[in-house]
Amino acid sequence: MVDYLLTEEQKMIKELAHKIAEEKIKPVAAEYDEKEEFPWPIVKVLAESDICGVYIPEQYGGMGAGIMGMAIATEELSWGCGGIALSFAATGLGTFPILLFGNEDQKKKYLPQIASGKKLAAFALTEAEAGSDAGSIKTTAKKEGDYYILNGTKQWITNAGDADIYSVVAITDKTKGARGASAFIVEKGTPGLEFGKKEKKLGIRASSTREVIFTDCKVHKDNLLAKEGMGFIVAMKTFDSSRPGVAAQAVGIAQRALDEAVRYARQRHQFGQPVSSFQGLQFMLADMATQVEASRAMIYAAARMIDSGAKDIARVSAMCKLFASDTAMKVATDAVQIFGGYGYMREYPVEKLMRDAKITQIYEGTNQIQRSVIALNLIKEAAKNK
Amino acid sequence: MNIVVCIKQVPNTTQVRINPETNTLIREGVESVINPFDSYAIEEGVRLKEKLGGKVTVISMGPPQAEDALREAISLGCDEAILVSDRKFAGSDTWATSYTLSQTIRKIKDFDIIICGKQASDGDTAQVGPGISTHLDIPQVTYVRKIEEISNDKAKLERLTEEGYEIIETKLPVLITVVKEINDPRMPSLKGKMKAKSASVIKWNADDIDCNVNDIGLNGSPTRVVKIFTPQPRKGGEILKGEPHEITAKVVDLLKDVIIG
Repeated sequence: MVDYLLTEEQKMIKELAHKIAEEKIKPVAAEYDEKEEFPWPIVKVLAESDICGVYIPEQYGGMGAGIMGMAIATEELSWGCGGIALSFAATGLGTFPILLFGNEDQKKKYLPQIASGKKLAAFALTEAEAGSDAGSIKTTAKKEGDYYILNGTKQWITNAGDADIYSVVAITDKTKGARGASAFIVEKGTPGLEFGKKEKKLGIRASSTREVIFTDCKVHKDNLLAKEGMGFIVAMKTFDSSRPGVAAQAVGIAQRALDEAVRYARQRHQFGQPVSSFQGLQFMLADMATQVEASRAMIYAAARMIDSGAKDIARVSAMCKLFASDTAMKVATDAVQIFGGYGYMREYPVEKLMRDAKITQIYEGTNQIQRSVIALNLIKEAAKNK
Repeated sequence: MNIVVCIKQVPNTTQVRINPETNTLIREGVESVINPFDSYAIEEGVRLKEKLGGKVTVISMGPPQAEDALREAISLGCDEAILVSDRKFAGSDTWATSYTLSQTIRKIKDFDIIICGKQASDGDTAQVGPGISTHLDIPQVTYVRKIEEISNDKAKLERLTEEGYEIIETKLPVLITVVKEINDPRMPSLKGKMKAKSASVIKWNADDIDCNVNDIGLNGSPTRVVKIFTPQPRKGGEILKGEPHEITAKVVDLLKDVIIG
């Protein structure tokens, strides 16, 4: 094992999150995947063990362990089940807009509820015609007196319906393009806020994905995040902070696939010997392990950099998401290969890992978008230094 | 309500091996954990406190490293931890151990309920809990699977038996031992773990708890262990073949050998 010189607190988070994954999540993961149910009993365990507030500052009831604490917890929980872990990780995504841009009143009101695990959060940006091209969102927020009136439909929102607190991006000024978007906090139960049907997915099936539908939904101006027109900045900065979390989800899935593959390779005999004695397979395992470790090292580097308060984090954040999610897909696919025919069967754990891994290459910015972020960053820097 | 929970640190049973030459447990390199049955005692104690108020004091008699088990108990919600440790306690059997723990509880003085796991996973005697209640001269209810009602002076308990369960009403203070059916122990919390790290564990020795030297350690232990051995694995059975009357005759002969010799 590589020693990452974790602090006492970080080791504690890792140990406890792994214990929860091993004892509470792993035994029920296949069942939740099959039934596509939301894992409320596990959310309760995460709440009671203070994991929910791991990245939230102490003054708002959290542990103050930052992005690094969040990445460590997400990795370990995802080792148990990438879908179940998402109840926690997607709440993080919905919470970052408040953490990063909320005023003191908003933070005091919402963060303690999330830190204690009493409420989950969600981030609502994507729409049918606005995925990678987030500038095309059509949901509007029209100001009337002390309120904004929201209309439109958000699509594929993780935790939607189960979460209580939604960070929503909507257009307040159509004439300004991307600078005309604003971010709001909307609570479940607000009249005019409804949810679409639960989507049926390839993987992460313990996680709920729904439409979030606004029909003349009145949101008080106190719930505007930052200022009008800041919506895209809020979204982009949120992603800069949240991508190490997706990367950590990916590396958790990848680590589990590697663990399962090594265990199976020692157990399975063909031609009178364990298949782990064949060099072709050994080389696969070695590459898998190396890629998992490289991903982890990159995530930790990114997380530590973000926690240190560094400003220019877009590139490193995109890099770790890109690399870890591509790794997860490759390692999980290789694990299925190592399991052979058994790997393709649902009775064995690796086909689920492969299904769960795929989404990490797609959401919170497709890996093509990550490459664009990295390349633009490189080119801008070169232009500046000319 | 003042709740006392007694715990023991034991080797993690999934990893225990026995040295065939000395017939003793190989403890080197084996992780120590809270006796699994005691986890239910801790959880029940903490739940009682959460419901009724008061505090949970967790105690353990053992070597200095048992402090780790006590810290873990604090991370699970116990308020105060006492380690009773002294070279003089070495070699204690269940009688001496329960005497020592009862003296510890006498010194704590205020207690309404004492909760123990039904037995330890290493010794498996299930005697220390009942022993403590006998030394303290208070009622005991073993194998409790549910606390139905509890007030300041009495409790109604469900006690697991081989045929079903009994409902027992008792006055307090009482000592109960609990079975795994009683609850589902919680995970430790991060805040609990942080608290446990900095918490101070109270340490008492034989003098602190006013022990009679003749009642503790090897001297105070009436049990004499003559021999410990690993039972021989059972030989496989023998399948008799042939006509029914032949087999019957063989069985009769075999039984004669066993009974008459």
